[in-house]
Amino acid sequence: MNWSLLVQLLANGLIVGMLYGVVAMCFVLIYKSTQVVNFAQGEFLVLGAWVCLWFITDMQMPFIVAFLFTLVFMTLFGIMIQVVILRPLIGEPVVSVIMVTIGLSIFLQALMNWIFGNSAERFPQVFETESVNVAGLNVESAYLMSLVMSVLIMGGFYLFFRFSKYGLAMRATAFNQQTAQSLGISVRQVFALAWAISAIVSGVAGIIIGMVNSVSSSLAIIGIKVFPAVILGGLDSIVGAVIGGIIIGLLENFAEFVDGQFLNWGNLFTIAPFYVLIIILMIKPYGLFGTKDIERI
Amino acid sequence: MLQTVPASSEKADAPKDTILSVDNIEVVYNEYVLVLRGLSLTVERGSITALLGANGAGKSTTLKAISGLLKSEDGEITRGSITFDGQIISHQEPERTVRSGIFQVMEGRRIIQDMTVLENLKLGAFTRSDGGVKDDIDLVYSYFPRLKERTGLAGYLSGGEQQMLAIGRAMMARPKLILMDEPSMGLSPLLVKEVFGIIKRLNEDFGVTILLVEQNAAMALACARHGYIMENGKIVLDGPAEELRENEDIKEFYLGGSGERKSFKNIKSFKRRKRWL
Ligand SMILES: Nc1ncnc2c1ncn2[C@@H]1O[C@H](COP(=O)(O)OP(=O)(O)O)[C@@H](O)[C@H]1O
Ligand SMILES: [Mg+2]
Repeated sequence: MNWSLLVQLLANGLIVGMLYGVVAMCFVLIYKSTQVVNFAQGEFLVLGAWVCLWFITDMQMPFIVAFLFTLVFMTLFGIMIQVVILRPLIGEPVVSVIMVTIGLSIFLQALMNWIFGNSAERFPQVFETESVNVAGLNVESAYLMSLVMSVLIMGGFYLFFRFSKYGLAMRATAFNQQTAQSLGISVRQVFALAWAISAIVSGVAGIIIGMVNSVSSSLAIIGIKVFPAVILGGLDSIVGAVIGGIIIGLLENFAEFVDGQFLNWGNLFTIAPFYVLIIILMIKPYGLFGTKDIERI
Repeated sequence: MLQTVPASSEKADAPKDTILSVDNIEVVYNEYVLVLRGLSLTVERGSITALLGANGAGKSTTLKAISGLLKSEDGEITRGSITFDGQIISHQEPERTVRSGIFQVMEGRRIIQDMTVLENLKLGAFTRSDGGVKDDIDLVYSYFPRLKERTGLAGYLSGGEQQMLAIGRAMMARPKLILMDEPSMGLSPLLVKEVFGIIKRLNEDFGVTILLVEQNAAMALACARHGYIMENGKIVLDGPAEELRENEDIKEFYLGGSGERKSFKNIKSFKRRKRWL
């Protein structure tokens, strides 16, 4: 048995899992505060990555400037999606709203194929060294950045929801919209804020994944992988989303190890999360941390 | 601006400084359920005014019409107007109404259960941007020392503590007018007394005007200056609190009843009205 490979894969799993956790948080944030299941989550990632790449290659910006411009773009994009597409749907049946987000996902895919083309493109070299050695493990710089960014984003979420006025307002709105209104909170603002935060953070995640792999429409697959993560953690729990993401990341890499060492099927790691999804739905339909009264779709 | 009644033309005596006036409003839920049918009332600045009535009379609807929270229940003011501090607020969004100085403590307290006491209090000050929030938290704790000891989630507080938190949260907003919906609901007589004591103290200490909706008429009339009685979406009687306390009908139907029943007609009406209690 190849122990060092296992450790390496589990370290990768943890890092990728943290990133899944970040994307899952975005998904849960929108679900929790606006009751919308965002099937276009994956496209948000791809959009962030493409836009950042566009700023770098076509606008000749240095990476960090392009990154900041992308954040601004994603903020506006998130708010626009909420105001133009989802605000008019408030109060409509859940299924209609789901249809709209699925439609949005398809629309964004087509739009991005049209604008950015459908071949994969690599980010230019951002880090000086390809990989660094951490405690005997060989970690790619981009992975390390991914880990650092994930931790920063999670820490940011924690501080925001725990201490900031708008974080509290968002939690109050998630608890009960009318109560929040009675405190002077504008539910519309909270909704727009939720979409803005989700779009920004998705954009960052997209850039990171784009740097590790390359940028193409297939990045949207992360948006699909998020489903096992959030269903594992519970659709309405942000902590659950993080833990679910990490578990899925570890599981994927463990599956790859088992597959590579013993089974040689060659694709176990892509499907393993979905087996977990099915098993979780059978034994614990509300996830590890979810509340019982939410409706399943 | 639109202060309708000049002080001098009012009845006779002391000039009345009206902070809130509700003029002949009609409220409809879901576009066809008519609940308020031409309701009018005025609230004098700095006073406690009681709004009493049976279950289903439309008391909560009246408060929600004033605060604007009606909209989130698909309710609408279809006629009449509401004026607060000289501004018409009939169709204002609730968040603007809070900013203009009206804070509603909703029926059932509406504490945010999955947050701590402190977080709930901070949210009470959501619309404020001055630096006095920290001091006001201490102020609330000085009124309700018990809340300071509770560091867990607000959902674990007892009913009385939740009511105190709801009132504390209203204090945090520093409103000019508090709309208080059935603060005594579900509390033991001892706690009811405590809560009413606090309401009176708030009114005296801060000069905050309070519109108090209650089913516990005796308690409400004991601390109010003026009272309104509503039935079926309309005001049927109003007057100074001490007058209402002496009113035979009210004594009979709200205050535990002392007078004997005089006729069959009265018995019927008693039976009907007994559900008020
Ligand atoms: N959201 C609503 N939709 C439809 N009808 C309502 C709604 N809220 C209250 N009502 C009706 O309006 C009437 C008055 O209710 P309410 O204002 O809650 O009375 P009160 O507070 O005096 O008990 C009741 O008949 C109630 O059924
Ligand atoms: Mg009521």
